[in-house]
Amino acid sequence: MDSELIPRGVKRCPLGQFSLWIGIVGVVLLWGVYAMFLCWFKGLNQTNMNDSYGFALWIWADLAVIALGGGAFFTGFLRYIVGKDELKNIINYAVLIGFICYSSALLILAIDVGQPLRAWHIFWHANVHSMLTEVAFCLSCYFGVLTIEYIPLVLENRQIDKVPFFHNLGHNMHEIMAVFAATGAFLSFFHQGSLGGVAGVLFGRPFGYREGVLVWPWTFFLFTWSAAACGPCFTILITKITEVITGKKLVKDNVIDLLAKISGWMLATYIIAKIIDTWYWAVVTAPSMGFTLMEFYSNNPFYGIWILFLEIVLGGIVPAGILITQKGRSSSFALWTAVILAVIGVSVNRWVMVLQVMAVPVLPFETWPMYLPSWQEVATTILPVAYGIILIMLSHRYLPIFPQEQELNP
Amino acid sequence: MKEEHKHKKTRRYGMVIDLDKCTGCGACMVACMAENNVPFREDETDKLLSLTWLRIYRLTNGKPFPETDICYLPRPCMHCEGHHGHSPCVSVCPATVTDYDWETGIVSQIYTRCFGCRYCMAACPYHARYFNWWDPVWPEGMKQYLNPNVSVRMRGVVEKCSFCFPRYQVASEKAHAEGRRELEEEEYQTACTQACPAGAITFGDLNNPKHAVYKLKKSPNAFRLLEKLGTNPKVYYISSREWVRRAGDNYLEHEFKEQKV
Repeated sequence: MDSELIPRGVKRCPLGQFSLWIGIVGVVLLWGVYAMFLCWFKGLNQTNMNDSYGFALWIWADLAVIALGGGAFFTGFLRYIVGKDELKNIINYAVLIGFICYSSALLILAIDVGQPLRAWHIFWHANVHSMLTEVAFCLSCYFGVLTIEYIPLVLENRQIDKVPFFHNLGHNMHEIMAVFAATGAFLSFFHQGSLGGVAGVLFGRPFGYREGVLVWPWTFFLFTWSAAACGPCFTILITKITEVITGKKLVKDNVIDLLAKISGWMLATYIIAKIIDTWYWAVVTAPSMGFTLMEFYSNNPFYGIWILFLEIVLGGIVPAGILITQKGRSSSFALWTAVILAVIGVSVNRWVMVLQVMAVPVLPFETWPMYLPSWQEVATTILPVAYGIILIMLSHRYLPIFPQEQELNP
Repeated sequence: MKEEHKHKKTRRYGMVIDLDKCTGCGACMVACMAENNVPFREDETDKLLSLTWLRIYRLTNGKPFPETDICYLPRPCMHCEGHHGHSPCVSVCPATVTDYDWETGIVSQIYTRCFGCRYCMAACPYHARYFNWWDPVWPEGMKQYLNPNVSVRMRGVVEKCSFCFPRYQVASEKAHAEGRRELEEEEYQTACTQACPAGAITFGDLNNPKHAVYKLKKSPNAFRLLEKLGTNPKVYYISSREWVRRAGDNYLEHEFKEQKV
């Protein structure tokens, strides 16, 4: 029924089957939308946040999806600026994943603020000293860039492409895409860093605070670095999952291998920097504020030293070790393991830099407050996942996302 | 923050709280809530959701009877000066909602500008900032008793102790009308200071040698909370008890021993 919309030369499942899955994911989406409206109409009392946890699940989700969406800017940077031509075969998907991640981040932020209708105050009354101001400006601009990068893809739909205006528009946009890729890379280097700076500048919170260069704490650079390292891992992971679900090979191994190799070296260098940062913080920064390392990881029911091990060893050293070796990248099992661990590693990093920063008691006579998100928080966090799945399903079905699909599936 | 160098002679309003005098009666908290129209709910059991611009902490020395000792510690906003007005919350607020006033040393909050991102709450190590999780609901007839000088706040914004800034405005207007530029010490006092039956709270200009706080803050028993962080708070505490003074900050084991000697 919708065969006229499907790209030429590729096979797609029957419309009924497709609609059924859209419907199932759509139910989850509606659940999230319901929770979202509850938060908007009834307020943030619908959450389990409190005065100790001003930042909680949503801010973590924001930081995590932005890091994971980093695959878009870094792959674009490699493809258009560095000139890694093979990556043209995965750049479309990286852009789509980035678009989903960034639109999700903006949506979550719109739910998270106490007075969403006043969100424009961040632009109108901007405080140039605040990391969040920089995040808001760069995030909005970069979302615009991602939209511009995604539009030519939509215009490549068989029916839309028949309209001469859209055909020419898409062609011309492709021609100047390097400019937007460069802009996107520039913006991303800053807002990824500023998100790291959000916790890094909190000199009242010894768990998050870091020294740095001029106005930028070390976390500024570490966040950009880790997003550039782990974002492409997420792109690879989602590509692999898509291949499993569709039962088709969509991207050639040499493309995945190249991206995984660069990602691996980025991750390896990042994790060395992260270890140095952690060591300096543990032996110099925190003690200067009266804290020992283990005080951050004890006397509470959840935050043990295991979380540091999970982040740095399992989520950093292990995947980096796998990805920098040819043997590791060529083994399907090892590659899957590495990209999953890298995604977990960066997500755990974002978790501790939000939730644990809030949890560690600073006043000596206070105790660790614990937090469990409400169903409304969980539903609104799953909402972007459902939205992302639906957008991927639609894009994969009707747009030529994977240039090598036809060749790989004759 | 730009105004820093314009004012050669500035006021730095601050507090000195004598913890040896505080009985933990809570009169200061009640006065604060009444003065500042702080909303409350029927069920206030979860203190992490309560708005208490001034909160009293109960500290113990952790020793068994008969050496048990207790101290009540009232905690308003510390109105941190940080390093050159770089207080933890002021620098992070993305919408310039909160500012360090160089004329008074008071950290302000513009409720109608705040859009509720709560970054300032994350930045404050004293938990002095509170979020309005609900719209205020006043018991029947209570609206008549609200302080007309203090605006009530709506759901979704952050609020905190202002050192009763509207009182400063009233006093300043009166002084201005009388052709005076300086305020007398008693002309501007916070509600908690006046309500304390034990006289534990003293309020005034920390820069003014005529004000009591000027001398009190120099007491050998005076300390501030979390001084090591560099927040540079303007609320001082006094206690003759060493364990209380030590409870004001985090110390490493060797620092602890050094101090003990």
